[in-house]
Amino acid sequence: MISERIFEKLKILAESAKYDVSCASSGTQRTNKPGSLGNTSAWGICHSFSEDGRCISLMKVMLSNHCIYDCAYCINRRSNDHPRATFTSQEVSDLTIGFYRRNYIEGLFLSSGVIRNPDFTMEQMIAAIKDLRMRYSYNGYIHMKVIPGCGQELILEAGKWADRLSVNLEISTEDNLKYLAPEKNYESILKPIRMITDKIHENKEDKRKFRKVDRFTPAGQSTQLIVGATNDNDRTVLKLASRLYTQRNLKRVYYSGYIPVNDYDKRLPALKVPPLQREHRLYQADWLLRFYGFKVDEIVNDNFPDLDLVLDPKVSYAFRNPDLFPIDINKADYYLLLRVPGIGPRSADLIVASRIHSRLNSGHLKKMGVVLKRAQYFITCNELEASRTALNLKPEIVRHLLLTGQKPANAIQLPLFQSAEMFYPALP
Amino acid sequence: MTILSFDNTFDGFLTLVFESYRLKIIPDVIIRTGENQSYLFSDTLYITAEEEKADRVWRKIIEKTSKANADRIYRVFMSEVPDSAKMIYEFIRLMNDKPYNIETDFSLAPVLSISKLHLKVAREADRIRMFTRFQKTAENSYFASFSPQYNVLPLIIPHFTDRFADQEWIIYDLKRNYGFYSDKEETVRITFENLPVNPVNGQLEEPYHDPDERQFQKLWRKYYDSITIDQRRNYKLHRQMLPKRFWRYLPEKNCHGNSSQD
Repeated sequence: MISERIFEKLKILAESAKYDVSCASSGTQRTNKPGSLGNTSAWGICHSFSEDGRCISLMKVMLSNHCIYDCAYCINRRSNDHPRATFTSQEVSDLTIGFYRRNYIEGLFLSSGVIRNPDFTMEQMIAAIKDLRMRYSYNGYIHMKVIPGCGQELILEAGKWADRLSVNLEISTEDNLKYLAPEKNYESILKPIRMITDKIHENKEDKRKFRKVDRFTPAGQSTQLIVGATNDNDRTVLKLASRLYTQRNLKRVYYSGYIPVNDYDKRLPALKVPPLQREHRLYQADWLLRFYGFKVDEIVNDNFPDLDLVLDPKVSYAFRNPDLFPIDINKADYYLLLRVPGIGPRSADLIVASRIHSRLNSGHLKKMGVVLKRAQYFITCNELEASRTALNLKPEIVRHLLLTGQKPANAIQLPLFQSAEMFYPALP
Repeated sequence: MTILSFDNTFDGFLTLVFESYRLKIIPDVIIRTGENQSYLFSDTLYITAEEEKADRVWRKIIEKTSKANADRIYRVFMSEVPDSAKMIYEFIRLMNDKPYNIETDFSLAPVLSISKLHLKVAREADRIRMFTRFQKTAENSYFASFSPQYNVLPLIIPHFTDRFADQEWIIYDLKRNYGFYSDKEETVRITFENLPVNPVNGQLEEPYHDPDERQFQKLWRKYYDSITIDQRRNYKLHRQMLPKRFWRYLPEKNCHGNSSQD
């Protein structure tokens, strides 16, 4: 029989963990070993969606929400009067296995507040996930947080049992971190990130050399940045993210629009609504970095340090670089196609695959899933002439067209009328 | 109007294609027997499945396009979407007429429509993989039932066989009245006459449940409610990702029969 206390603990520890946005279960392909439970699939599986529309893939809980730190932005800070609880490793295992066997979840996401000191906390967390792997022959996904400031050997140990490790940066600049979380230091967060990167690299090398090598965090590492809690602009955030992707080989950087959980703290901005639109644009920019071959400076730079909240980053890029367009659908290479607003990797693939056989027209494009509503101003193909593209229409008009779908009242087919005006006979 | 019909097996369909070439008949309508359609003033020609002829057509598809494409066609056929047979028939005719591999020529209508239908079927299979919910039974086995839009059970069974290799389970399609049973060793197709299941929510009747089953469903519901961030509620997105037709089978969306206790 399941006790009432378990219900309570699950509620408290899930609520404490919910502000961590990472919930991916991808990156490891591991088939079932005979007689054991579970596998992991390389592309990850969501199992439900919460009412805020986020995917629920892992059971995201904290081992404990007691914490010795007092970070301004965190719900679990020491000075909050907040119900506290701690799971035993047995309870974590029972819940994970019970949910996993019912196909509710893809695995476990284990985080924790800092109890006593970082080392002690890490030891507790490792004990819990090791138990799952060893005693329950559990083969499913495990994502574990690394507590900054813990010993190196503990990270090595954690990487043996977990699929993914993550260290949360939270604040993108050192100064702001000092301001909001004086007990933490930037270096102690960056150090484990560097170490995990090196170790993963080393592990890959070993795999080439030896026949049998234990895996080390096969699904890589991720991190999270809070946006909107400080005055950092999008350029700072995206620069940092891009560095983490290219230099530290992170799998994902998550952006979490700051939700005012501690509105009494005067160091934090008083937001009425969380900056969800900004977060959305950051994710779009992140996608452009990872899958579309964009560089940070092409998305945000000194002249445009912040993303446009009204238009998506790709459209903004197109407006800033009018000389690149229109692009000929039947000739342009794959990466150029990807630069067109309204064309994504999927439709670009289809275009490249099928234009070998015949010239494509806008009817084909529409059927392939190209968003012509946006793309029409930036492309030419068989019959779609360049007359309607951003070059001929003025950028302001295209902007208006994109936003409303209607032409502005005072501008009807500008090029034609402007030239026609000259021939109007002067009134007597 | 020419109507051809077959026995609703894939072999039967491939034989139909073979016969249509041999007899030089181009069908206007292809009927899977069992599909309830009748046409006035026209005769239906029934084609009996012949393995040899079916094999020849199958090999031809692989030869003219690729194995991956042939598999895609098989999955589309298995979806049992009413006009999928006609779609595939047209694809095969085009495939034979064109001198090149048409698999990637999405400017041809049948190629694109097969690829789109395949995407739909694959998506439904993904969703079943996501939203299947097992109930633990009193006999320590696990049971799940639901009504998928397309006939996707055969596509997803390998996933569950691998994942839950150490538990006994049944996955049952209520709409098509068949399912699969795995006893850890092998997985077999089964059909039940009187399944003690509430067809509305796919739940087993109470005496068949493990004593803790309800509690676990409530726990999951508790977790589900706790993980939502109030300031971010977004019902439109929620319904997009988790379509309403699945809700009745999900314990997190309704806690079965517990309203009196809550």
